[in-house]
Amino acid sequence: MYDIIILGAGVIGCAVARELSKYNAKVLVLEKNEDVCSGTSKANSGIVHSGYDAHNGTLKARFNLEGNRMMGDVCDELDVPFDRIGSLTICTDEKNIPNLEALKERGEKNGVEGLTILSREELLKVEPHIGDEVVAALYAPTAGVICPFKLTIAFAENAAVNGVEFRFDSEVKKVYCDHDLWHVVTNDEEYTAAAVVNAAGVYADVLHNMVSSKKLHITPRRGDYILLDRAVQGFVNHTIFQLPTKLGKGVLVTPTVHGNTIVGPTAVDMDDKECTATFADGIDSVIEKSALSVKNLPIRQVITSFAGLRAHEDGGDFILGEPDDAPGFFDCAGIESPGLTASPAIGVYIADLIRKKYSLSEKADFIAQRKDILNPSTLSLEERNELIKREPAYGNIICRCESVTEGEILDAIRRPVGARSLDGVKRRTRAGMGRCQAGFCSPKVMEILRRELSIDLTEVTKSGGSSTIVNARTKDGDTHE
Amino acid sequence: MNKVDIVIVGGGPAGLAAAVAAYDDGAESILILERDEQLGGILNQCIHNGFGLHTFKEELTGPEYADRFIQQVNERKIPYLLNTMVMEISPDRVVTAMNREDGMFQIEAKAVILAMGCRERPRGALNIPGYRPAGIFSAGTAQRLVNIEGYMPGKEVVILGSGDIGLIMARRMTLEGAKVKLVAELMPYSGGLKRNIVQCLDDFDIPLRLSHTVVDIEGKEHITAVTIAEVGADRKPIKGTEERYTCDTLLLSCGLIPENELSTAAGVQLNPVTNGPVVNESLETNIEGVFACGNVLHVHDLVDFVSEEAAKAGVTASRYARGEHAADSGREIAVKAEGGVRYTVPVTVRPDHVEDNLTIRFRVGDVYKDSYVSVYFDDTRFRHQKKRILAPGEMEQVILTKKNLDEYPDLKTITVKIEG
Amino acid sequence: MEIRELTCINCPMGCLLTVEMDGDTIKDISGYTCPRGKTYAEKEVTNPTRVVTSTIKVTGGKKDRVACKTQVDIPKDKIGAVMEAINAAQVQAPVVIGEVLIPDVAGTGVDVVATAHAV
Repeated sequence: MYDIIILGAGVIGCAVARELSKYNAKVLVLEKNEDVCSGTSKANSGIVHSGYDAHNGTLKARFNLEGNRMMGDVCDELDVPFDRIGSLTICTDEKNIPNLEALKERGEKNGVEGLTILSREELLKVEPHIGDEVVAALYAPTAGVICPFKLTIAFAENAAVNGVEFRFDSEVKKVYCDHDLWHVVTNDEEYTAAAVVNAAGVYADVLHNMVSSKKLHITPRRGDYILLDRAVQGFVNHTIFQLPTKLGKGVLVTPTVHGNTIVGPTAVDMDDKECTATFADGIDSVIEKSALSVKNLPIRQVITSFAGLRAHEDGGDFILGEPDDAPGFFDCAGIESPGLTASPAIGVYIADLIRKKYSLSEKADFIAQRKDILNPSTLSLEERNELIKREPAYGNIICRCESVTEGEILDAIRRPVGARSLDGVKRRTRAGMGRCQAGFCSPKVMEILRRELSIDLTEVTKSGGSSTIVNARTKDGDTHE
Repeated sequence: MNKVDIVIVGGGPAGLAAAVAAYDDGAESILILERDEQLGGILNQCIHNGFGLHTFKEELTGPEYADRFIQQVNERKIPYLLNTMVMEISPDRVVTAMNREDGMFQIEAKAVILAMGCRERPRGALNIPGYRPAGIFSAGTAQRLVNIEGYMPGKEVVILGSGDIGLIMARRMTLEGAKVKLVAELMPYSGGLKRNIVQCLDDFDIPLRLSHTVVDIEGKEHITAVTIAEVGADRKPIKGTEERYTCDTLLLSCGLIPENELSTAAGVQLNPVTNGPVVNESLETNIEGVFACGNVLHVHDLVDFVSEEAAKAGVTASRYARGEHAADSGREIAVKAEGGVRYTVPVTVRPDHVEDNLTIRFRVGDVYKDSYVSVYFDDTRFRHQKKRILAPGEMEQVILTKKNLDEYPDLKTITVKIEG
Repeated sequence: MEIRELTCINCPMGCLLTVEMDGDTIKDISGYTCPRGKTYAEKEVTNPTRVVTSTIKVTGGKKDRVACKTQVDIPKDKIGAVMEAINAAQVQAPVVIGEVLIPDVAGTGVDVVATAHAV
């Protein structure tokens, strides 16, 4: 019996978990995948939006603004890489400048500070590769870039340190309420709790519809992206959006907080809530559309492409809180952009609703600070040598593209809610995220995982489930006749 | 700070040959820095035969070829550090490296030889649509898992790309009991050796589908199938030609990229065609005292040529480190690649620094039959050599003598081109 | 009369060779554009051979596989039998390059030797 069960360990579920861990309550997070940050939270633009885009008065507008204002402190507290580089929304037609001004006005009404419109000349000074047709842009200094993996993982780790339990590979099959007690049935167990938080991303409608007669409908909206090598660092210096036109919303070109360049996304409504495949036409259109924003994008430097699914609810806004007919069931549904930005604020909001309803008291020994995995390249030569003397694993480079040491990988596996797969290690340390895309380091990381988790190499996975990497020893099977 | 005459970054075939040649030229202190746990580089996992016909006049396997050079390094007692990653090379040749025992340390080198080799083009860089599940490997990663670690990636294999590593792995996986369903190649010709096509594919009835590529990858957690399609002259898939193959493994053998991240950080200028440093006749980069050889300079077809080229870099680095400079009149000749020739190594020649011969290595961009390799000295055709076949997969060379160059004292440009 | 089609492996030309066979006797070879092609075709249709390279299980060493090869080429139709023998074999570390790991493999009269060190 738990006080609260959170369904889903994406950025929202983990943000709520972290906030709830401030109170005296028994909290469980159930996740159908093998790790946190395995759905929408792992495949998005990594943008902290300023908040001019959402319509006035919407939950998106409110939580975007609140989340944006909180993000600096949250990232300081949880040691998450975040850089307020500012965004530019470009306009390529003089005729559309009034739309740009309308956007500025909308942003100001939402409470966004510092919005200004820059002329082409002003733009060229800060973004020399801007497209030839760009005439002006809306500059939003409060926008930024963040590592979505690290934010989610940091929330989860900090929640775990403060007593929240996590269960992975636990897919929720059924949720129902019986005599004020919520029952959650997964593939292998049944749990009970006083309250349930629905943070199930693209599946939030399915879970909601199990308990409420006011049905939700979430469309998984696919977004294809391409990621460029850090060698192109400095190609753009801001997040460059395109002013929506009749032709659609356009794509963004932005540096990531780690110095790569990301371009995307498309927006294609899907039927399959698991379809994170990329499509040739999607990738082509991303490249084509980016040409409006920047010229001569170095396409040869693409190191990977990927696709994510936004949880788009028919109403177009976030759905937060209890449905009238399901008290104790707290929705966080329809969380698409700006969901990542809003996550800290949504965490506080939902945790506060629950605290009030169940009169939760504050935990006296809550630990607010969390340190990320040590990045040895931030140390001086002397400090680094002291570290290696103490922990020789920090002298052993495993991922040569991103310069990740064995020490960092061991830390990623051993810490709370630690990595259990190649992708888990990758999201925590960046090992395998570089230009060779794990070609060189994967056999080494596999060996470390095998050793640390005391499993056979044939049991090491890329991302849990059936994603094993090798399936047998040589010399043990049938040979070619 | 430690001082060494020549630091060699990489203990694979290039680094080893460079070290031996530098030593034999009289270099006093040499240090090889190797990131792996043994010398030999990628040769250690290339357990197939076919290495060394030019160098040793016999057919060796990769580890045997490497061992010949490792023995020479050991006989000369040339020092090396294993499990040691070079983190940075500064323009004034301070090399920062790191390992478990010594921590992070710096070495001041009179000359640096870049011999870091190359890496495989990953799936991401190929923009293949579909899912990103487990079971997709670059051929070299699979080669390491099978040959060094002794593990099989899967039982039903599709291979994209007919580079030699892909072909070799088709046979290797087959011999280990896997079913290799086909090798698809985007280009209308294979980049691999004929011998490998016959002995790795034909011997085992593995089909090679030229002008085909993978257009879809299925499987959310683990790969379950791929779809291949024929491509047109524009290399875009042709609708209606799709064929689906179930598989649990997709190997990619789609090209190699020289690993020049250290070089670029040091300020070494790269040739956009080869992705390797721009070098002169001494295999010296634009940074004085920094030399390059082997696959980090340009991707070779045969290791024998790597050794030969690296030996040259070893000697020139040794002379540089000793402060031996030929009398230099400042003459410099540009070497240009034209008409079917994709690039040349070197791209500049200082005739005063050419001793006996000047070897210009190059690759062609297409298959040419019964054509001529022509060398122009400025506008004059100096050489016109008939070739029955020229193919992109093979490295070609022309050898000029010092005498040739001396006979043209006003020579500005050497042009290498293919003529019908 | 049997027609065999081969690809010559001597150079990138990859000449398509056609050999007319009458039982074990070569009646005609065509398609070659140099003498090496003819020699290759003759050998390939009468006595095709290959060097087999693989790995062998090794115990007591740092790694548990060591690279190996048939010392010289063996008849092509013996590849399967040789692989079976290699897969079944197990050797004890240390192993040095050139060491005989399987003498007279699969009755071919050829030894399988180590091509790498195992320590």
